[in-house]
Formats: sequence, structure tokens, C-alpha cells
Amino acid sequence: MRPVHSLKTLFALFASLMATHSTASNVIHTEKSLYRNIVIYEEGDQRCMSFSQRDQSARQTCKSLDDPNQFVFTYTKMMMGALYLNPDPRNVLIVGLGGGVLPMALAKMYPDAAIDIVEIDPAVVKVAKQFFGFESGQQLHVIEEDGRVFAKRAGKAGQRYDLIMLDAFDHQYIPEHLLTQEFLLEIKKLLTADGVLAANTFSTSRLYDHESTTYQSVFGEFYNLRVQYKNRIVLARLDGAPARDAIDRNAAALEEKLKPLGFGRDWLLPLFSTKPDWKADARILTDQYSPSNLLNSVF
Amino acid sequence: MQRIFIFLIAGWSGFFVMAIELLSGRILAPNFGNSIYVWGGVITVFMLALSVGYLLGGRLSLRDPSLRRLALLLMLGAATTIPVILLGDAVLDAVFDRVGDPRYGSLLAATLFFFIPTAIAGMVSPYAVRLLVRDPQSSGHCAGLLYFFSTFGSAAGTILTSFYLVLYFEIHQILAGLIGVSLILGSLATVLGNRENAPGP
Repeated sequence: MRPVHSLKTLFALFASLMATHSTASNVIHTEKSLYRNIVIYEEGDQRCMSFSQRDQSARQTCKSLDDPNQFVFTYTKMMMGALYLNPDPRNVLIVGLGGGVLPMALAKMYPDAAIDIVEIDPAVVKVAKQFFGFESGQQLHVIEEDGRVFAKRAGKAGQRYDLIMLDAFDHQYIPEHLLTQEFLLEIKKLLTADGVLAANTFSTSRLYDHESTTYQSVFGEFYNLRVQYKNRIVLARLDGAPARDAIDRNAAALEEKLKPLGFGRDWLLPLFSTKPDWKADARILTDQYSPSNLLNSVF
Repeated sequence: MQRIFIFLIAGWSGFFVMAIELLSGRILAPNFGNSIYVWGGVITVFMLALSVGYLLGGRLSLRDPSLRRLALLLMLGAATTIPVILLGDAVLDAVFDRVGDPRYGSLLAATLFFFIPTAIAGMVSPYAVRLLVRDPQSSGHCAGLLYFFSTFGSAAGTILTSFYLVLYFEIHQILAGLIGVSLILGSLATVLGNRENAPGP
């Protein structure tokens, strides 16, 4: 019984391996960096950046080759929900470049805004320029540095941002020093009075509870956007979550601007929730206690 | 009994060094990030400190070697780790403000915090070899046994700290626990080792 069963399993595994290989994806570039292997591939009408050869969940960025303006990922659309909380950012900070989809969209929408992007990996910057049409210059300023080091120094120098986007995690590895109460306090210090933080985080593992109580400990009430238990975006302001009617007004005003990205308020607004759906007693993550990767993978 | 304490001290010293080394990456990350060069700086400092420690430990073993002194080294290494808990943030912030390049910032901070305790921990092994060796013929055997306990302890310290301790305790709690065990083991070795030494050969 047993050998037959395991043979079956083996066959199923083999078949699924063959299946993954037979999808028409085409690797066009690979790059080894200090931190990871970067793979650029094309599949259908999309070009994607991945940090792992064939694992779809490790995709960092995809861009549609037919309509480069349009967002491919759900999470990037959700990140833009930050604009409903502050519709006219002048100074923007983005931690984590990826293919540069978010900064390029913001630069197009707000030609007068100054956008700082902190990216630890020079190879990611290079690949974003080479394969995703990202260009740094007057408006888009890339700093190759650890996000925590940048935030600390910017805080001491008195820099302030109207919009901060944290997009530094992938599904396999979390920089643990970027998910602690102390780091969020440093980020909070960088926000202007009506500034907003948008964080792309996790929603599947036990880490969800811990990161929720950690954000809550720093920002109080926040907007929590979830889709299918896969994507989770935190939207927070200094003064807690703003009233719903202000968000509705901003959403209406932004409708035309966001349309080219491939979504509108009918889809995005219903995701806005302030209801805590996590274990309230989950231990807060701090510089002293931050086993994020263990909490994310083991339990 | 004396030999057991010598092996215990060597093993625990190996545990202590690797646990501290792993935690040091955590301690430095808020100020200097988690880049490869931060780990490079940490490992460099620990290796340099150990190499100096081996040299000093060997020298020290030339004069009146005793289990009491070995235990004292263990306790001294633990005691010099206490400033990491007490002065940690103040020192890290001061280094961050003065050294712009995070490579040299992390190297300097790691040196200030960990060079002395690690060098003292490095003194333990050659000193312990001196206590164990009775004749030249068994010296290799003794050294091998000692390396075994010391490096086995290092492996245990590495896996326990990174797999389990960080999941349940804060960094300072783990540090305090490590220091506590060193002090207790050192005291026990001093008391029990001495008692047996008096009527010994």
C-alpha cells in the first residue's frame, strides 16, 4: 500500500513540475546581487522581477507590456489607497524600490512632488532601470542604503514626508529591524502633520497578529485593507484613522487620476476597515523582541 | 571533578561567544542596518578578539595555572558583557552620530562592546589545555577533547539562540541569562574545584 501511494505522490510531484515548466515563461535576464538572485522573465504580456527562479509568490514586480501604466499587482493598487487619506503629497518617501512601479506612477500623477526612494540593493536599482523603465533624476531620487539607517538619519536631520510607503518585505524574508515598534516610531517622526503611512505587510501567518498590535501601539487606530487573505496594507496617520466622509470625498476627487492604473473607488473603498481582526494580546515586536521570520514561517 | 569543570567551562564559553555574536547583529541592526557589511564587521571583531585571546590565554597559563583562575576568566568575560545591557543604546547612538559610514560605525560599535569579552573568552581554551595536559604524549588527545567541547558548545549556542531563545525572550533577557550562567558556573568551579584541589596530588 505504502510504496504505491508514495509512487503516486512522486508522479504527481513530477507532473506538477512539468506543468510549471511548460507555461510559456521566458527568462530574459538574471542577476546575482549581494542579497539575492534576481530573475527577470516575461510571461504572456507581462514582464516580472522575481527573487526566486520559478516561484510565482516570489514575484516582486510585474509590468504589463501592452499597457505599462496599468498596475498588475493587487497590492500596489491597495497602496495607492494612501492617497485617499492625503490626496496631495508634496514629499514622498518609498522604502524598497522593486521595479519602480509605485514611484513611477506617483511621479506621473504628481509632477511637482519630490520622491525619495531607499533601496538597499544596488542590483535592484540597476535592473529596475534596465528592464522596467525606471529613471532616477530630479524628481525621483534613489538612495542606496538600509531603510532603517536612512530613517534614523532623516529623522535627526528634521526631514518630513507627506506620504511614506514601506514596501521592503518579500514573502521569504523580512528585514526584522524594519518591523519593530522603534522603527515605526522613527517613521512616524518623519511624517508631516497630515502625512500618511502605507505599509505592505503580511496577512497569512501568526505574524499578522504581532504586526497588527505593533502598528496599533504606534499609530492607534488605522485603516486595514485586506484582499483574500493574501494582501494586507496598513494605512496610518498621526491622528488615527480619519473620518470616512473625508476619505469618500478624496476618493471621488482622485477617481480620474487613478483610472489609468486600472482601478477605482468602487473596488478600493469597500476594502477600508478599522475593525481589529487580530489577537489583541499578541506580543508587540520591538528591537528587543523581533523574531518576525520565525513567526512568519514556523507557526 | 576538576576535569569535568574544565570541559564544562570550555563548552559554556563556546556557547557564550556564539550566542553573543548572533545577538550582536540584532543589537547593531537598528543603527547600522542588516547589510552584509554589518555581519562582516561583527565576525571580524569576534575573530580578531579570539585570536588575541588565544595568545594571551597561552601566555597566562605559563604562571601558576589553576582551575580557580580559569573560572575567574569565565566570570570576567561575563562581567565585561554587562555594559552592553547598561550602556547599549547610548553608545550606539553616539557612534551613529559620529561615524557616517555604517560599515565603520558597526565595526567601531562591535569593537567597543564585544572585543574585550570575546578576547577573554578566547583565553579560556589554551588555558584549559594547560590544566588538562599531564604529559606530552596525551597533549593532542587533551587538546582534541577540549576543542570538541568548546566547538560543540558554540554549535549549541548558535542553534539555541537563533531557533528558540529569540522567539521567547528579549535580547537583554538572553544576555542577562548568559551572564548569569557564566557567573554561576564560575562560582561553582571556584568553590568545588578548590575543595578537591586541597587534598589532591
